[in-house]
Amino acid sequence: MCLAVPMEVKHIDGDVADVEIGGVRKQIRLDLIADRPQVGEYVIIHAGFAIRTLNKEEAMETIKIFQEGWNLELI
Amino acid sequence: MSSFDSLRDPDKCKAVLKLIEEAMQGQTLRFMEVCGTHTVALFRSGVHSLLPKSVVHLTGPGCPVCVTHDSEVAAYLELAKRDDVIIATFGDLMRVPGPGGGSLKKAQAEGARIEVVYSPFDALAVAKNNPGDKIVFLGIGFETTAPTVAATVRLAKEQGLSNFFVMPFHKLVPPALDALLSDPAMAIEGFMLPGHVSAIIGLEPYRPLAEKYGIPAVVAGFEPLDLLQAILLMAEMKRQGKPRVINNYKRVVADEGNPKARAILYEVYKPGDALWRGIGTIPGSGLVMSDAYKPFDAFDALGVELKECKPLPGCRCGEVLKGIMPPNQCPLFAKACTPATPIGPCMVSTEGSCAAYHKYQLDLSPGK
Repeated sequence: MCLAVPMEVKHIDGDVADVEIGGVRKQIRLDLIADRPQVGEYVIIHAGFAIRTLNKEEAMETIKIFQEGWNLELI
Repeated sequence: MSSFDSLRDPDKCKAVLKLIEEAMQGQTLRFMEVCGTHTVALFRSGVHSLLPKSVVHLTGPGCPVCVTHDSEVAAYLELAKRDDVIIATFGDLMRVPGPGGGSLKKAQAEGARIEVVYSPFDALAVAKNNPGDKIVFLGIGFETTAPTVAATVRLAKEQGLSNFFVMPFHKLVPPALDALLSDPAMAIEGFMLPGHVSAIIGLEPYRPLAEKYGIPAVVAGFEPLDLLQAILLMAEMKRQGKPRVINNYKRVVADEGNPKARAILYEVYKPGDALWRGIGTIPGSGLVMSDAYKPFDAFDALGVELKECKPLPGCRCGEVLKGIMPPNQCPLFAKACTPATPIGPCMVSTEGSCAAYHKYQLDLSPGK
């Protein structure tokens, strides 16, 4: 039940958004996130609520640690 | 998402595995994960079986269904018997056995009204559609789930719903880690920290653990490469003698967590003590309704109490949850207790350690 999945935002109407992954479409709530996603961005969904907008820049930061620390090409 | 493919790339995984082997020269690492999704991911990806023998993986109390205490199960089963009550719950709790051998599934067969919902928000619709009944949502789950329930309670108040209640069984992760570490028998040397709990609480609550007990801790994602990187970082921190908390899941977890979700959480709830299966009461590890939201507290409004009850006979879930006993050492494992005929919650939940061990047919000796 702690599985949270990233889904693409297709449409936003107030506190409700339509999101999709692999052809599955769901209506979810945005009450819990301050950083409102744009249509086309990904959000992590847990129990019908978005809990976080995915952040590519911050993800890159982690990858850099491995590139610099262990010379690992992760991208 | 194409970025996910690189997180499953066998060559990249092998490279990190090789680095783990190098970092493990002359040392051991007993690490514990505290997230049911990590438990399953470590087994399903094969990472568990690829690790060097010097790395010992312990499964901790990270499955929300499994840590729900017998007394809590007994309390909601009691409530389910009432004619004026409809129980709304995540499906995970349906088959969890109560102290008398009952379960929500059995109660449903006997006529209890139970609605399985995907989101706590869906329970509001049940309340609106059944104005003459009391709808009780079973608030299980850690810091990831608790804000979704809190946001729902807030909406219930906004919408003036007076027939919607919550049984707050939520559990908080950092106090449980503290309780585990204060038991020297545990000998934990590293924590793989939960990804989505951390997305809410951030890194700060874990820092005292690293400082007080000198334990390296890494917030990890769920892909094979995420898991391996987290283990490498723990091994490296231990080798260097520089324990701290590292966020290795930045694509989802902000270091500061999600302040908005926390604000909603602590508007509706306040910290309280909580009962954990196998551990007992851990002070400050639970959530109770704040004064402003007391009318939504099922315990208060419907006069329910947690009562002492006998533990399930023979079930060793408590020791499994603490990482003291591997599931296959339980005398009931794969004999009386299987996924088809579960006796304890760790076999009921797909995220439970016992179910994961059983599903992946692991040939495990103690400690590995």
